Amino acid sequence: MKLSKVCELLDAEILCCEEGLDTEVKSACGSDMMSDVLAFVKDQSILLTGLVNPQTVRTAQMMDMKCIVFVRGKRPDEAVVSLAEENGIMVMASAYRMYTACGILYANGLYSEGIDKV
Amino acid sequence: MEPIILKYQVDGSDFSMAGEASSSVKKTLKQLGFSPDLIRRVAIAMYEGEINMVIHADGGEATVEISQSGVRIILADHGPGIKDVALAMQEGYSTAPDEVRNLGFGAGMGLPNIKKYSDDLKVETELGVGTTLTIQINT
Ligand SMILES: Nc1ncnc2c1ncn2[C@@H]1O[C@H](COP(=O)(O)OP(=O)(O)OP(=O)(O)O)[C@@H](O)[C@H]1O
Ligand SMILES: [Mg+2]
Repeated sequence: MKLSKVCELLDAEILCCEEGLDTEVKSACGSDMMSDVLAFVKDQSILLTGLVNPQTVRTAQMMDMKCIVFVRGKRPDEAVVSLAEENGIMVMASAYRMYTACGILYANGLYSEGIDKV
Repeated sequence: MEPIILKYQVDGSDFSMAGEASSSVKKTLKQLGFSPDLIRRVAIAMYEGEINMVIHADGGEATVEISQSGVRIILADHGPGIKDVALAMQEGYSTAPDEVRNLGFGAGMGLPNIKKYSDDLKVETELGVGTTLTIQINT
């Protein structure tokens, strides 16, 4: 699925790295615990989260993720967006809550690839 | 290649800066042309250790030695030390307070994750003196 499709499905606003819209992604994960993302996620390209501190960007960066979607209308501050921008990570904000946002993507064929059970 | 040594001060008072050192190491390894797999293992292990220094030990010093055969990360702090290392190495064991959990950490997964991604992990610790982690990751 292209990030442009993710953006459309989640009715999201793009906060940075719009040039990434054409990027193709195969899987996603959703979590408010960065500890779990670091421990269980393997090759997911999108992080959906309701946390907006800079460590969400650092976590995505360490895991080579392409995009962060801040859910339930959460807005990161300017510094967080610039950190993502510096690292070429696209940032979107969606009003959907976590469960719904993940559900929409999953229902449209974006799975989590191999981390469904630990 | 000549071994490269990088040193960083990790500021324990500023959570928002945690990960700066790991990020810089990740970029350096990329420039040096290391494999994505090695870079990912180093990035995750060092980031977990760096976060630990910030949330449990009020910061410290990171030394990273890069050579042809791999990367050695030494994370030294002057924090409270770890009382029971075997327990701390278990998945799910955490003494992190709620405010750390609200920031997205404190699941007790960091040390086990460092172990998982490294070829060798040494934890030297003394109560009231500090903790030094030596993480070896081979190419
Ligand atoms: N540098 C350190 N100084 C003092 N105590 C530490 C240090 N690193 C780890 N610990 C202790 O070991 C425990 C386990 O560490 P670990 O990294 O596995 O989990 P955590 O940091 O609590 O949570 P997570 O890593 O999932 O965010 C910590 O809760 C803490 O009690
Ligand atoms: Mg930890």
